[in-house]
Amino acid sequence: MADALTKKEERPAEVTTAERTRSGVTYSPRFDIAETDEELVLYGDLPGVAPEDLDIRFEDRELTIHGKVRPRHDDVDFLYAEYGIGDFYRSFTIGESIDAQKISAELKNGELTLHLPKAEEVKPRRIEVKTS
Amino acid sequence: MLTTRWQPFGSMMAEMNRLREEMDRLFSRFGWDGGRLLARATYPPLNLWEDEDNLYVEAELPGFELSELEITVTGENQLSLKGERRQPELQGGTWHRQERGYGSFSRLVELPHPVDADKVTAELKHGVLTITLPKREEAKPRKIEVKTG
Repeated sequence: MADALTKKEERPAEVTTAERTRSGVTYSPRFDIAETDEELVLYGDLPGVAPEDLDIRFEDRELTIHGKVRPRHDDVDFLYAEYGIGDFYRSFTIGESIDAQKISAELKNGELTLHLPKAEEVKPRRIEVKTS
Repeated sequence: MLTTRWQPFGSMMAEMNRLREEMDRLFSRFGWDGGRLLARATYPPLNLWEDEDNLYVEAELPGFELSELEITVTGENQLSLKGERRQPELQGGTWHRQERGYGSFSRLVELPHPVDADKVTAELKHGVLTITLPKREEAKPRKIEVKTG
């Protein structure tokens, strides 16, 4: 099960799904992924992304997350820079059957929480054992 | 007064390696605490810039509320940023991926100019922290009047 979620793109520079019209660097956001009997839960760090600038799609078992980061500074000369600013993009292939209609997402303070409920047929069932 | 360690650079990303070395050098100064060597502080990464009146320090801190961060300025030019990030609780499941870091962090940076500690403000928006540090008067650039004869 640990391999069910495979990271498709690690390096932002190699994202080849479509050419972007806007120049700039795209970063791969960090994610934590948990699985329970009921669902997959993804927690992602998307600092600087407003809820209206976040685009999440789920199609053919492929989950894509694209967060646009609006420029925060105009022509600033950084005295010191430890990180770059750019859009976030990442996609995952989901091995589990997901009930796409019930996917829900919340973006709060730049932290994304994404719930992917499993389809009924793949949820584990507890087998009642009868005693005679 | 220390010699300046913050050098203005043109292209920021191209200079990352050099910046990292600068930073390591900077933090080695704070690496001792009563003889115990502390782990090098690198979280959160910071960007720093200025205009005539203020210094600005920015950090990406997704998932935080401003009240969870401890921001202090001491000795006119030492900025300290502390906080703790906790992992979401998971009941009856397993983690497949854990790429985000957790735990408490503390960063101490030496600012390139003395600042007015009483007037420092901080804003946290969509997980991006911006600290505005007004420069002290003596650090502001002065326009020199040139008299024509």
